[in-house]
Amino acid sequence: MLSVFWGKQKYVTIKPREPSSGPVADGLWTRCPSCSSLLYTKELTKNLSVCDRCSHHFRMSAWDRVLHLLDADSFQEIDQDLEGGNPLGFSGYEQKLAKSREKTGLTEACLTGEGRLSGHQLVFGAIDFGFIGGTMGTVVGEKVCRAFEYALTKRLPVVMVSAGGGGARMHEGILSLMQMAKTSQAVERHSQAGLLYICVLTDPTMGGIYASFASLADIILAEPQALIGFAGPRVVEETIRQKLPSGFQRAEFALNNGMVDAIIERKELRKVLARLLLYHDRGGRQLC
Amino acid sequence: MLNGVFEWEKPLIELEKKIEELRRFTKEEGIDFSAEIATLESRAENLRHDIYSRLTPWQKVMIARHPRRPTCLDYIELIFDDFFELHGDRTIRDDPAMVGGIALLEGRPVTVIGPQKGKDTKDNIARNFGLPHPEGYRKALRLMRQAEKFRRPIISLIDVVGAYPGIEAEQRGQGVVIAENIRQMSFLKVPIICVVTGEGGSGGALAIGVGDRILMLENAWYSVCSPEMCAQILWKDTKKAEEAAESLCLTAQDLLAWKVIDEIIPEPPGGAHRNHETVAMTLKEALLRHLQELEAQGADELVAKRIDRYRQIGVVW
Repeated sequence: MLSVFWGKQKYVTIKPREPSSGPVADGLWTRCPSCSSLLYTKELTKNLSVCDRCSHHFRMSAWDRVLHLLDADSFQEIDQDLEGGNPLGFSGYEQKLAKSREKTGLTEACLTGEGRLSGHQLVFGAIDFGFIGGTMGTVVGEKVCRAFEYALTKRLPVVMVSAGGGGARMHEGILSLMQMAKTSQAVERHSQAGLLYICVLTDPTMGGIYASFASLADIILAEPQALIGFAGPRVVEETIRQKLPSGFQRAEFALNNGMVDAIIERKELRKVLARLLLYHDRGGRQLC
Repeated sequence: MLNGVFEWEKPLIELEKKIEELRRFTKEEGIDFSAEIATLESRAENLRHDIYSRLTPWQKVMIARHPRRPTCLDYIELIFDDFFELHGDRTIRDDPAMVGGIALLEGRPVTVIGPQKGKDTKDNIARNFGLPHPEGYRKALRLMRQAEKFRRPIISLIDVVGAYPGIEAEQRGQGVVIAENIRQMSFLKVPIICVVTGEGGSGGALAIGVGDRILMLENAWYSVCSPEMCAQILWKDTKKAEEAAESLCLTAQDLLAWKVIDEIIPEPPGGAHRNHETVAMTLKEALLRHLQELEAQGADELVAKRIDRYRQIGVVW
């Protein structure tokens, strides 16, 4: 029986190591792209997807954000049925959407709903980077808009966790661009009613999402090392034909340049949001 | 492109030259070529129709970038009776890639803003190829707020491939100023007419592009980003820009169908660069017509309709 194997391959090919900057693996072990440590995936998840050696913040899915930040079982998703098509007839877009839906279990790159954070009722939204880079097309624009309108009707604060990698979604062309105007206007109408909006910029928040609703919050927080900016670093590098300084467009760069209010580590985020929501609570609760 | 002539229009340009020659010959030598001229002209007319009615999106992008296409200051010179330029964002510096000021349109004061491309290499370097920094957008916003204070309508002439992607631009918050401009423009209580005269690329265009009427020149393009950038982002290959231009649906005709724009301003055959005056006068007529309609509305009605317009874009279910 064993003779089948003999006399065949003498050498076992060992695949070269995955590049250390590779994506997060689904397997038992995950390599940290920052310090290259091998991390036990279960432990990593338990640690809110933060490397316990170098505190690198891995990207989190939209649902993981809900689980992390909101009170257990308090989240009620809204507009979960909104699904877009391929308005421009952009080649390959349907397949891309189908693949993203399968991969993330989401209908689109944005998850919105009502829930509670440490007892504070609010409207919560999160962008999922796994869905076409967390880009904003018509459905994401519409969902963000509806979330703010819902919050306005119910007079609730909004917390958005944004990770819109490429910003506006190419495949929907001008219609994606117009979502920047639409969402900015929804934010402003919510704001004019005296309501609070906090945005947490996570890795990466770029382009059309950064240049619209993500920048217009009353309080802007950022996760450590998150890439934040308008033009992608590659575009900047190609334009100026120089190497970019280290730390360019990272959260710390944004803080130093006055673009965000504070950098908050993930393990502190829930507490900080609760504190800020409490400061703006109009329920007349006594602050101690 | 050679001497400002595109490859696809060469046969026409040669024919036009021939007609011109015959005319000169008639005048100088006194020989009557009118029959020949008439034949050639009718052939030229057919050719013109043939070439220019079938332009591909990429050819339109090329026309929109023609070095002799009228710039913002050209339109200001041709359309308005007077113009007083205002400079600076009151924070850092004056951005020459964005111009703005007070102008008289048939005697009535309006605020005009727009990115300014250079006329030649030297001018282009001074104006950063018409790519504004955050201070350019802040200047535009300052002038628009001023317009609101004095109840002047705003006319925004858009010709920008995108906001400048540079280190300082990012440091000074390119993304933040674009968001701020979009937010504030949306609620200004004066009529705003935006005209995409050449290129309309990404947030850099939208930051001065929220209005009550969006007009677009026949050969202008307007999209989420330039075809090159789209090709780079999706396929990591800027050489696929032509393919991206096809896919992005970025022509005025596409945008009218999507109701993103309200009207297409026709250009002279071949493009605005072939006759600045004609296109400027057509645009002026449209500006006056739309302004009259908008000024009949109250400020609150204007803003409500403006918000509603954007609220409807992309609602497809």
